[in-house]
Amino acid sequence: MDGTLGIIVAKYNYWIYVILMMIGFYAMIGKRNLVKKLIGMNIFQTAIILMFVSSGVKHGAQIPILNKYEVIKHGVDATGVVNPLPHVLMLTAIVVSVSITGVALAILLRIYRQYGTLEEDEILEKLG
Amino acid sequence: MRQLQQRVETQQQVGESLITQTAVRLLVPFVQLFGLYVIVHGHYSPGGGFQGGVLLGSSFIMLGLAYDQKTVLRLMSERTNILFGNLGALIFTGVGALCAIFGGLFLDYSALDVLIPLGPIEWRSFGIFLVEVGVGLAVMSIMASLFWDLGSAGQMDEGL
Amino acid sequence: MKALALLATLVTGAILLYGTMDFPAWGDPQAPAAGRLSTHYIENAIDETHVPNLVTAVLGDYRGYDTMFETVVIYCAGTVVISVLRRTRKENPEQDS
Repeated sequence: MDGTLGIIVAKYNYWIYVILMMIGFYAMIGKRNLVKKLIGMNIFQTAIILMFVSSGVKHGAQIPILNKYEVIKHGVDATGVVNPLPHVLMLTAIVVSVSITGVALAILLRIYRQYGTLEEDEILEKLG
Repeated sequence: MRQLQQRVETQQQVGESLITQTAVRLLVPFVQLFGLYVIVHGHYSPGGGFQGGVLLGSSFIMLGLAYDQKTVLRLMSERTNILFGNLGALIFTGVGALCAIFGGLFLDYSALDVLIPLGPIEWRSFGIFLVEVGVGLAVMSIMASLFWDLGSAGQMDEGL
Repeated sequence: MKALALLATLVTGAILLYGTMDFPAWGDPQAPAAGRLSTHYIENAIDETHVPNLVTAVLGDYRGYDTMFETVVIYCAGTVVISVLRRTRKENPEQDS
């Protein structure tokens, strides 16, 4: 576990999230269609959520649901339990992402009703 | 027999197929029961207000997909749905405000001990439960109303 | 324009990939994220709240403000969707704004 192979084994999940984030970022700034931009934003959020959840992992640890009576009697070793904080933060982030998607879709429906199209340049043309 | 035939025909007019409608009709009570279980059992297993609320909301989304939107609105009107959402947000903020009124910090549930003497630590556990119920109600209402409004473009008539 | 977007994406991705070199290894129990605060949560949450599910304990009690404004955020999202989209039945759909 040293040298290049060690670095790859230790970091490959972050690289995957960076690639996922690049896909979402390109869809956000490179595409003309507003729905495609929204899907790109969702991919971006998924990458960030995955990165945060993976930062809470510990090798050989159990899930953060403990036995109440055992813990009260003996206490618990903190290195044997997965970090619960990123899970909480991402639980709320997922709900925020759902509500953002809902609001964005509502606004897109309204834009389509007004301009009859969802292509960015056509909307800009109609705006004058 | 003829009545049943008629009912089946009118149901098939509004939705897709008899198989889907029957399966959804049988499935919806169990989905709602599972949603309640996930909210209530959030202290001891994976779950909680957000997840259970999404399950409860998805039962209405399933009904809306298999049947007409009018059928769903007859079972759960828009006004009731929004009332549930308001109630959920109010439960959360109300519990926090009650804690402040009874002499603790905002959202410090152990201050509610003067109301029913359970002990401060048990009140923390119970306060988390109250808050989760509020979150579940709010999430259920918002999920259902998001689907209804987006699926019918705000008309609330036919739906998808 | 597309080439510019691709260039910006690649530059951002390269910077982030370079930044991952300073990250802790995956699954490292000594990582900074597994430091003081989460250790306190894991060791004391059951004594202080009697909730075996630590995620629920942190969500509902330690970070109650976070969850409360979370609820307010989704409530606002629902209100916004209704107020943007909802149309009363009397209105003619052809003549909408």
